[in-house]
Amino acid sequence: MGKVIVVTSGKGGVGKTTTSAAFAAGLAMRGNKTVVIDFDVGLRNLDLVMGCERRVVFDFINVINGDANLNQALIKDKRNDNLFIFPTSQTRDKDALKREGVERVMEELKNQFDYIICDSPAGIEHGAITALYFADSAIIVTNPEVSSVRDSDRIIGILASRSRRAERNESPVDIHLLLTRYSLDRVSKGEMLTVEDVKEILSIPLLGVIPESESVLRASNTGTPVVFDGESPAGHAYLDAVARFLGEQREMRFLKPERKSLFRTLFGRA
Amino acid sequence: MSLLSYLFPPRGGTAVIAKERLKIVLAHERASRDAPDFLPVLQRELLDVVGRYVQISDDTIRVNVGKSGETSTLEINIEIAGSKLSLTGAKDGKKSAGDPVQPPQKSTPAASAAQESAKPH
Repeated sequence: MGKVIVVTSGKGGVGKTTTSAAFAAGLAMRGNKTVVIDFDVGLRNLDLVMGCERRVVFDFINVINGDANLNQALIKDKRNDNLFIFPTSQTRDKDALKREGVERVMEELKNQFDYIICDSPAGIEHGAITALYFADSAIIVTNPEVSSVRDSDRIIGILASRSRRAERNESPVDIHLLLTRYSLDRVSKGEMLTVEDVKEILSIPLLGVIPESESVLRASNTGTPVVFDGESPAGHAYLDAVARFLGEQREMRFLKPERKSLFRTLFGRA
Repeated sequence: MSLLSYLFPPRGGTAVIAKERLKIVLAHERASRDAPDFLPVLQRELLDVVGRYVQISDDTIRVNVGKSGETSTLEINIEIAGSKLSLTGAKDGKKSAGDPVQPPQKSTPAASAAQESAKPH
């Protein structure tokens, strides 16, 4: 049976879709059959970030409504055979994600995949609640910034009370913190909350810290999950996070200032 | 790094302020998140009852549920404007407790307004 992981944050623009794409690709690179689903009905973007926007024929809502079957809607990634993208619809009907329909699709996906990554929309409305409802695990994407931390706390509360596991009194959703857009430079100047600060405030286990990196924009420009960029510090940080998620011990990197050689200072790129 | 920060302590560290503000706001929000569903209704009804005897406004009443070890506490805090609280008013209130109670003036216009606004839909 596949495991359902929701990538959520409450706040928008913190890196949910980037994380969903990177995490799904990372799990696939480790040999897990993985699908990543866009839950942001009406604001489809995962297809762009994954670079398959021109291959979308059928979507999540078509499958829920029975207009297409699952295998017609799933897009197989061209870079990794284990990776599939399930795009959402551009409909303006926000209630198109009916819970019974979503449940049926999720059960079907669980039979086919090892991991099902749900890319949640921002906010705490219907789409976000539906995205987290079926989760076994949650990745809380947080920026070291006040409004993001506050919204993360809110969404952690919602996971504890409104997920299916909570409603059925099952063991709670396994919650992980992923701190993104971390700037070591600003942290060392006392301008940005540290990893320890955020961990202490939210009191959930840390899965990884993704450094602020130019490579993330480069990746989304080209429709490539950032883990496929072997040069990217953010890509390496995501792969470390995936390894930790799979139970490996990995030291947190990018938390200490790196010693740069004169050569790299002059010619290296971030 | 530690030696550096010892020699040159970071100036203008706004992150410290961010952390303190977050701790305070989240402590408050978590308390109200875990509160039972009836609290807002209880608060409104208390406001109605107390409002019959003493003049208070909506934002001067706070109802909190706390927990320490085995016991739970229900804390109700009502601020009353002005320094004096006339007890005679309260006594009269007790005497007339058996009488049919007029609905408090305050809630009536609000309730009818709610009904009116519900009609056109």
